[in-house]
Amino acid sequence: MQKLTHIKENPSQTAGPYVHIGCVPNFCGITGVYDQDLGASMVNDQTKGDRITVTGSVFDGTGTPLKDALVEIWQADANGIYPNGDPRGDADQNFTGWGRAAGDYDTGVWSFETIKPGAVPFPDGRMMAPHISFWIVARGINIGLQTRMYFPNDPMLADDPWLTRIEHQNRVQTLIATEKTPTTFQFDIHLQGPDETIFFDV
Amino acid sequence: MTDGPLFHRDRNWHPKGFTPDYKTSVVRSPQKALLSMNTTLSEETGPVFGHEMLGDLDNDLILNFAQPGEMALGQRIIVHGRVLDENGRGVPGALLEFWQANAGGRYRHAKEGYLAPLDPNFGGCGRTITGDDGGYAFRTIKPGAYPWPNGVNDWRPAHIHFSVFGRSFGQRLITQMYFEGDPMIPLCPIVRTISDPDAVAQLIAPLDMNNTIPMDARAYKFDIVLRGRRSTLFENRMEGN
Ligand SMILES: [Fe+3]
Repeated sequence: MQKLTHIKENPSQTAGPYVHIGCVPNFCGITGVYDQDLGASMVNDQTKGDRITVTGSVFDGTGTPLKDALVEIWQADANGIYPNGDPRGDADQNFTGWGRAAGDYDTGVWSFETIKPGAVPFPDGRMMAPHISFWIVARGINIGLQTRMYFPNDPMLADDPWLTRIEHQNRVQTLIATEKTPTTFQFDIHLQGPDETIFFDV
Repeated sequence: MTDGPLFHRDRNWHPKGFTPDYKTSVVRSPQKALLSMNTTLSEETGPVFGHEMLGDLDNDLILNFAQPGEMALGQRIIVHGRVLDENGRGVPGALLEFWQANAGGRYRHAKEGYLAPLDPNFGGCGRTITGDDGGYAFRTIKPGAYPWPNGVNDWRPAHIHFSVFGRSFGQRLITQMYFEGDPMIPLCPIVRTISDPDAVAQLIAPLDMNNTIPMDARAYKFDIVLRGRRSTLFENRMEGN
């Protein structure tokens, strides 16, 4: 029999407590190597769309906020086009779509200054409600956790083709941010417990 | 034929989330099952970085934090390899970020308490972007092993941490590279979060004497495989869904 030529993905290993050195060195006091930390700014003065702040904390199973988590987000521009690899066209040149933030050493709080994304299509062509993809790594997390943040009071939530596939609809609220002000959304991530965030194998 | 959904991750090849011998994972691992989904544009697209963002010394940890005329202390090594996808194709333009302890096993970090000294000429971070064939290389010193609070006498084998970006956010990966012949590898609770010995072997870089620079630096080869994508030969239904 012939052999398949697929090879295996490298297995993941934890980011560990010193992930800052590699990913946000300026944040952890290693200055003079890179001009600025990657992913620190997603928007500029020209970026189209509604400016928002997305903030939150990552909580462990005891309810303690992680003070060493690194959070990355990826989202579409205001028109729902992704800045790289989107076959439907070019996104806003003044928007990176990608952000990276470390939790504060004392409080664990992280935040992103971004814009509200537009809706993007599901593979069958139906539109998904505007959302931001999250990837969370930290000491004690063996493989990066993938989840999504949606916006509260969005009329598209009810028919969203991704969310409606979730069997336990009582958990969907773990993916929906809280509106703190009209431009500030809080998205707390719970690794365990009764409010455990839905994480995806995707 | 265009690129379609990402291959599903083999969750038995990767470490599980809950690995009690690595104690911190106990309260930081999801207790409910991950929800399995097929990828969408949100996972198939991802940030891409251009070579113009790199500084001249970004891939040289011996010099990139050193005072003028100085160098980091330690065994000089070159780490090189290719970034591939699961179809065996090189991934060009992949951003790699790496970080490590110094030759004595000490990190430059406020939360680090090991008594080994800092090297004033070593920062411990670097980055590079793969070329057209997916190849990359950087220069550094071999990191030392270090003790860490888990069991009463747990030590990390010498290792370099890697963060890797492919073309898709769903390919994001953080992993670690170990060194051929290190007797600490099988003792490490973090290595042992991976249950398949072949998967552990994939993270051990062999000494590569052919690429050593004589009288200067030895070489280790470390290839990194990211998730592949299905072809969509029969998935673009022209007749519509
Ligand atoms: Fe380490």
